[in-house]
Amino acid sequence: MTNIFKSAQEMSSALVAKEVSAVDLANEHFDRIEKVDGDVHAFLHLDKEGALAQARDVDAKRAAGEKLSPLAGVPLALKDVLTQKGIPTTCGSKMLENWRPPYDSTVVTRLKAAGVVILGKTNMDEFAMGSSTENSAYGPTHNPWDLSRIPGGSGGGSSAALAAFEAPLAIGTDTGGSIRQPAAVTGTVGVKPTYGAVSRYGLVAFSSSLDQAGPCARTVLDTALLHEVIAGHDPKDSSSINAPVPSVVAAAKKLDVKGMKIGVIKELGGDGFQKGVSERFNEALEELVKAGAEIVEVSCPNFEYALAAYYLIAPSEASSNLARFDSMRYGLRVGDDGSHGAEEVMSLTRQAGFGKEVKRRIILGTYALSSGYYDAYYGSAQKVRTLIMRDYEAAFAKADVLVSPTAPTTAFKIGEKADDPVAMYLNDIATIPVNMAGIGGMSLPCGLASEDNLPVGFQIMTPAMKDDLMYQVGGTLEAALNSKWGSPLMSQAPALGAK
Amino acid sequence: MALKYDDVVAKYEPTLGLEVHVELNTNTKMFCGCSTEFGAEPNTQTCPVCLGLPGSLPVVNEVAIESAIKIGLALNCSIAPFSRFARKNYFYPDMPKDYQISQYDEPICVNGYLDVEIDTDEGVKVFRVEIERVHMEEDTGKSLHVGGATGRIHGAEYSLLDYNRAGIPLMEIVTKMVPGTGKYAPQVARAYVTELRDILRSLGVSDVKMEQGSLRCDANVSLSPMGSGKLGTRSETKNVNSLRSVERAIHGEMIRQGNRLENGERIIQETRHFLEESGETRPGRSKETAEDYRYFQEPDLVPVAPDAGWIEEIRKTLPEKPSIHRKRLQEQWSVPDKEMAAMVNAELLDTVEATVNLGADPTKARSWWLGEVSRLANEKDVAPTELMTPAQVAEIIALIAAGELTDKLARHVVEGVVNGEGTPAQVIEKRGLKVVSDDSALMSAIEAAIAAQPDTAERVRSGNIPAAGALIGAVMKATGGQADAARVRELLLNHLGQGN
Repeated sequence: MTNIFKSAQEMSSALVAKEVSAVDLANEHFDRIEKVDGDVHAFLHLDKEGALAQARDVDAKRAAGEKLSPLAGVPLALKDVLTQKGIPTTCGSKMLENWRPPYDSTVVTRLKAAGVVILGKTNMDEFAMGSSTENSAYGPTHNPWDLSRIPGGSGGGSSAALAAFEAPLAIGTDTGGSIRQPAAVTGTVGVKPTYGAVSRYGLVAFSSSLDQAGPCARTVLDTALLHEVIAGHDPKDSSSINAPVPSVVAAAKKLDVKGMKIGVIKELGGDGFQKGVSERFNEALEELVKAGAEIVEVSCPNFEYALAAYYLIAPSEASSNLARFDSMRYGLRVGDDGSHGAEEVMSLTRQAGFGKEVKRRIILGTYALSSGYYDAYYGSAQKVRTLIMRDYEAAFAKADVLVSPTAPTTAFKIGEKADDPVAMYLNDIATIPVNMAGIGGMSLPCGLASEDNLPVGFQIMTPAMKDDLMYQVGGTLEAALNSKWGSPLMSQAPALGAK
Repeated sequence: MALKYDDVVAKYEPTLGLEVHVELNTNTKMFCGCSTEFGAEPNTQTCPVCLGLPGSLPVVNEVAIESAIKIGLALNCSIAPFSRFARKNYFYPDMPKDYQISQYDEPICVNGYLDVEIDTDEGVKVFRVEIERVHMEEDTGKSLHVGGATGRIHGAEYSLLDYNRAGIPLMEIVTKMVPGTGKYAPQVARAYVTELRDILRSLGVSDVKMEQGSLRCDANVSLSPMGSGKLGTRSETKNVNSLRSVERAIHGEMIRQGNRLENGERIIQETRHFLEESGETRPGRSKETAEDYRYFQEPDLVPVAPDAGWIEEIRKTLPEKPSIHRKRLQEQWSVPDKEMAAMVNAELLDTVEATVNLGADPTKARSWWLGEVSRLANEKDVAPTELMTPAQVAEIIALIAAGELTDKLARHVVEGVVNGEGTPAQVIEKRGLKVVSDDSALMSAIEAAIAAQPDTAERVRSGNIPAAGALIGAVMKATGGQADAARVRELLLNHLGQGN
C-alpha cells in the first residue's frame, strides 16, 4: 500500500517504525510524479539522484540508531526561487534557464540538516510575479482539482504538488499572497510566517521588504513541523529575527480556542467575494464559535489603499532587485556576437529574458522611484504601509487573531485573467495587507464552494512574532471541520493520472 | 592660452568642492567575509554576496561602522544616532548588483570641518574646510578595457573584470563648497587632502595609498567673476592620483575655465579626467541630464544606530591629531618653521620621526632624509622612502656617531644601499668602507707624509699649524679617505711637538 496519501507526520511515524525506508518513500513519490506531473506540471526540475542520496543517508543513520529530526526522510518540493547548490534555480524565468547556483539558501541548508528529502524544484510565476503560475516561462501549472484551472500563484507549483500527492511538504515564498492564495485554491495549507522568521538568504529577491519563505503542506500540523525546521535566526540575513522560534508544533496540537477573540475584518469580505467563498468562510466561523471562541468585527479602513500601495512598493524594489540580471556573470546572454557593446548586450538580454509581467513591473517600479515622482508614488506608498500597520495594531487590540477569506474567488480558468493585470492583482486583496505589515498569515481549507465545487481558503492573521497563535486556531478549525466532514477535504480531490 | 594663472585669479574667484573616497583597511569586505587584501589574483576574493548572485544578502561589517565613526569624530562631525543605507541604481558591468549600496539622505556623519594651514604672502594662514558628510558605501569591481584607443569601455575590443575590489568598504568624505581661497585654491585643495590623509593614517583606518587607489579624490571647481557673488558652473575632475595632482588639477582647471569664460564660452557641468603628463583635464562622458540613480532605502539592511556610549568610547581612543602632533615634534626637535615645512612638503615627516624613534638625532635624521637620500631619489625620480628605510638611515647615523663612518664614507654607504648592494653593514663590508682607526697604520702614513714633505713638517714644528693641512691631506689620500681626519690631525700635531 502506498504511503503518498499520508500526511508528513504519518510518513514520519512510518519511517520511525521502519515500515518504510526513506528511499522507498522517495521512490513512491517519484513514481507518482511520473504518473501525474505530465498533467499537473508542478515540477520544473527533479533531482532524483540528490534526493535518493539524501534518503539513503537518512536510512543509514536511522539504521545506526542516530537521533534524527522528525521530518528526516520525508520528501519535499522546493519552490524554484530558492537556491540549492548545483541544482537549476530558474525562478520560472528564461533569464536563469541554465543557472546552477554555487551555494545553498539557508532554508535548503536547514532542510538538508534535518534530513528532509528534496525531490525537485517547483513551477512558479516568473520571479514570483503573478497569482496563477501562468507567468512561468516554462508553461503553466494545472490545478489538481480541475486541470483546466490555475493552481494560484506565484507558488502554484508547490501547492499543486501537495494537492496532487506528489509531495507531502513544500516550500513557498510569499510577497503578497504567493503561499496563501495557492494554498486556498488547491485545498492545502500554507503559512507566511512573520517577516524575518525564516531567512531570506538564498531566496532570489522579488521585493525584499515583503518576501518571506514559509511552509506548505496538506495539514496544519505538517506545516508546523516544517515551520520549525526552516525558521530561526540567520546571521546572513540582517532582517532575520534574533529571537526563539515560537513553539508552533505544540500550538498546532493544542486544539483549543476557548475564550480567544477572533476578529473578522469587515473590509475583507462582502462585495467582490464569491458567494460560495463567503458561505464556507462563515460556516468556519461557526465552528470556531462552537469550539469556544468569540467573534468580533473589526475595521481596517486603510486596507482600501493596500493593493495600490503594494503595486508601487513591490515593483520599485523589484526594479532594483532584478537589475543584476545583466548577462555579465551568469544566466542568459543575448547579442554577444562581437557587434554589440556591453550596454547593448545587457539591453538585448533583458529584452529577451524577461516576460511581459516582469517587464511591466520593472517599468512601473523604475517610474515610481524616478526623481520627481518618488514622493508621489514610492513615498506615499510607504505612508500607506504605516497606516496599514496601525490598522492592524488597532484590530489586534480588540482580537487575538484576525480572519478573512484568503482569496475572493476559487480557482479561475487558465487564460481567463491573463490579459487583465488588474483583475489578476485583485486576487491578492486579502493577502497583501499581511505582507505590508510584516505579520504572520495562514491559509487552510474550509470547504468547497457550492457553485463550482472548488476549495475555499480561510485566512488567519496573527501579530508579528506570534505565529503560534495561527497554528493554534488553524489546528482547532481543521480538526472541527474534518470531524464535520468525516475526512479531510483533500480526500475529495479527484483522482489523477487515470488516462 | 591667453590668460595665465595669475590673470585668472585676478579676475575670477574660485569655489572648491572635494570628494574623497577612502578604502578602509578592514580585513573583510563591507557586506561579506571576503578578504580585502590588495594584489591577489583576479576574482579569487569573491563570494555569492560580493558577486551579487541571486538570493545573496549583505550583512554590515561592524569594524567599518567603527572606522566611519572614528573618521567622523576626527573630522569634528556629528555622528547620526540613526542612519540608513540606500541603493544607488545604475547599470555598469563592474557593478555586480547593478546598484551600489551607499548612503543617501541619512549618512552616518554630518557637519564637520578640517583646518588647513597655507603659506601665503602674508605668512601662514588657516583655511577652514567645512565637511558636509561622511558616508559609507561599497566599492565596485575593477574594469580593464582592452583594445581601442582610449582605454575606456567605448571602443574597447573586450573588457576584463576583477571583482576582488567589489564590496571593499569605502568612505566618501564630501566637503561643503569652499569659497574664499582665491589664488591659493590649488594649495588649499592639496593641503586638505594631505591633512585628511594624515588623519586617516593616524586613525589606522586606511592604507591611504593614492597610487593603489585606496584614497581617491574628485576635485570640483568653479569660477565666478570677482565680486559678482554668483556661483559659476562647476566641473568635476576625476583620476587625480597623487597629492601633487590635486594641486595641479585645480590649477589647470582654473586656467581652462578662466580662458573659456574670458572668451565668452559656457562652462559645461561635466566629469573631466586629469592627465598626469600635461597637468590638464579632458572631458569624460558628458551627461546631457543629471543621472537619475533612483535612490531608495536598502531593504536588505537594518538602520545603523550606534549607541551613544560606544561613540564616546571610540572618541577616547582617538590618537593625537596630526597637526598637533607636528607642533609637538617641532618643539621637541627645535626645528625652525621653514625646515618643518620642508619636511612636511617633502612628505618625510613620518619617515624622519620613525628614524628618530630608532635612536637617530633629529637634526641628523632630517638632514640625511632631506639631503642625500632626497637628492638620489630626485635623480631616480622616485620617493625617498622607496630608496631607504628609516632603520637603514638610523643605522648609518649611529655608525657616524660611533666614529665608524665619516660623513663622506656614509654617503658611499647610502649610495651602495640605494644601488641594492644590501644593508649598510653589508655595503661597508663589501666596499671596505670602515674608518681606519688603527693608530699604528695612521702613524706609518703620517711618517711617510713627513718624509715626503720634510719642509712642510719643519714649518709645522716651528709653529705654523695651518701648514699641517697639506700633510693631513696626504695622509687622507694615502688611506683612501677612510681615515678619521680629526684623529690624523691629532696624531700628526703630537708627533711634530704641537700637541697640547
